[in-house]
Amino acid sequence: MTTATARVSRPGHNAAKPSRNARSKERALAWARRAPLLPALVFLIIVTQLPFVVTLIISFLNWNSLSPNKTGFAGFENYITVLTDADLRQAIFTTILLTVSVVLASLVIGLGLALLLDKKFVGRGLARTLLIAPFLVVPVAAALIWKHALLNPTYGLINGVLTWMWSLFGSDTPPQLDLLSQAPMMAVIVSLVWQWTPFMMLILLAGLQSRPMDTVEAAQMDGATPWAIFRHLTLPHLRQYLELGGLLGAIYIVQNFDAVFTLTAGGLGTTNLPYAIYQTFYFANEYGLASAAGVVVVIGTIIVATFALRTVFSLFKKEAAR
Amino acid sequence: MSTLTPSAARTTPAKTSSLPGIGRRGKSRMDPSRNNTAAGLAAWLLALLFAAPVLWMILTSFHSETDAATNPPSIAANLTLDAYKAFFGETSGVSPWPPLINSATASILSTVLVLVLAIPAAYALSIRPVKKWTDVMFFFLSTKMMPVVAAILPLYLFARTVGALDNIWFLILMYTSMNLPIAVWMMRSFLAEVPVEMLEAAQIDGANLILTLRKVVAPVAMPGIAATALICFIFSWNELLLARVLTGVVAGTAPVFLTGFVSGQGLFLAKVCAAAVVISLPVLFAGFAAQDKLVQGLSLGAVK
Repeated sequence: MTTATARVSRPGHNAAKPSRNARSKERALAWARRAPLLPALVFLIIVTQLPFVVTLIISFLNWNSLSPNKTGFAGFENYITVLTDADLRQAIFTTILLTVSVVLASLVIGLGLALLLDKKFVGRGLARTLLIAPFLVVPVAAALIWKHALLNPTYGLINGVLTWMWSLFGSDTPPQLDLLSQAPMMAVIVSLVWQWTPFMMLILLAGLQSRPMDTVEAAQMDGATPWAIFRHLTLPHLRQYLELGGLLGAIYIVQNFDAVFTLTAGGLGTTNLPYAIYQTFYFANEYGLASAAGVVVVIGTIIVATFALRTVFSLFKKEAAR
Repeated sequence: MSTLTPSAARTTPAKTSSLPGIGRRGKSRMDPSRNNTAAGLAAWLLALLFAAPVLWMILTSFHSETDAATNPPSIAANLTLDAYKAFFGETSGVSPWPPLINSATASILSTVLVLVLAIPAAYALSIRPVKKWTDVMFFFLSTKMMPVVAAILPLYLFARTVGALDNIWFLILMYTSMNLPIAVWMMRSFLAEVPVEMLEAAQIDGANLILTLRKVVAPVAMPGIAATALICFIFSWNELLLARVLTGVVAGTAPVFLTGFVSGQGLFLAKVCAAAVVISLPVLFAGFAAQDKLVQGLSLGAVK
């Protein structure tokens, strides 16, 4: 009652003044909150978004730095070339094959390893540490080791072990593999699966260890078999983690450059898009074409990333709700 | 199996919670020791299989070149430091020190820059969140999902125009932008672990911002910040594509140096292994140190 009369008795412009003050104060406060965020935000926009806009522009130009006179607007010509040129189309296909096979294989093996490591056994910590090691070798170094120390047809470890095993049975004609020249794509896939399985294992292990145990115990008391528990409790719980691992893995492996560059240098159908783009602008100096291919990679990644964002978002919401 | 419908699974926890003793007994029944022995054995076998290439790389690096290149492998061959001597240029005259120092400079300085930018940003996204902070978080994440190849040509052209090609400072800026989104995501989840009550208590006691940060926020967030720094260091140390395109003779990093071993080094297997060991050592140390937080970093803070 008193507040109402006070408000009525005040002239209009007097009432507006404090509220405007409050508003500007609020605005200042909001800026004070935003201020710590701005340097990082501005830096990222300049360094990542701006170059992509330039890539987008170049992708519509005829631009080969070796013949500067022919520079001009190209329309969708570069995009048409990317999608019709046999080599570049092959690169798109290789990228998809490489990504899908590496992600699926490392997810399945990673799941098996995570299930094993979720149990208690002697030396579990050390076994886990050994399993993480492949992920911690510098990617170029890992690819070099695969190329020279493991897959080399004459003295690589894999053929060496085959020779040794056959000699145990008195045979001096062991099978000898030459993956690098006979199935180079397989060589790239195997080395990448080796390197990415630990990543999947770590994510899935985190998922397993966040599993509510009371439900599992209850199911056990009801006489559920281990398979039933895995199928109906563990797997549904792990779904989000499988999705997250798969999608993050896909985002990293789509971009893979190190393994293709080191193991095969893009030979025999192993050129993926990142390697093709690198060659197109670095050696062939076809700037317009390379940019168009880059935009194609981004479109592909956006499709995968949309799913990834949704998965991250659902995990994120769960956390925020806690 | 048919008994385990979702509704059954949902109703049973209530049963266990009403009988507190049973839950614990159930757990011990779930892990029968004979099962664990089999699982342990399998896990160890697979762990050794996965670690074999790494262990073989280390062993071969201590072999002489002739012992390294044999079929079948000579596991019991004499150990020697020859390959390391060769790698450090005592026999070939090519020193690996400049690239190693470049890698250390780029990785350490970009990590410091990332921390300087990411800590305030994470503060603004967790402790005193700005409006629509989730949108900002997802913007950061989306920049990480853009492939490097999509931006590398303009960066290369820019560097060439302003004369920043083969300059370690330009690479440092690139590595900072590469790691900043991950660092913000990780750091936000670490800062979010600071209890709100503690912050309020500090405010009531009249502590100013700096004092609150130092006495309340830092102790809780420090281990997370350290892990974030290690992960940023690893990513920068490992990076090849940007370094290969943007650097050359002067500012070339260790991975770029390693690419010199890609072809024609087949005859120097022990040396290749020694190089791989030396260049991987910092990452192996950083990685094992940050083991527990590694997942959180790699999964962009979505999984704890």
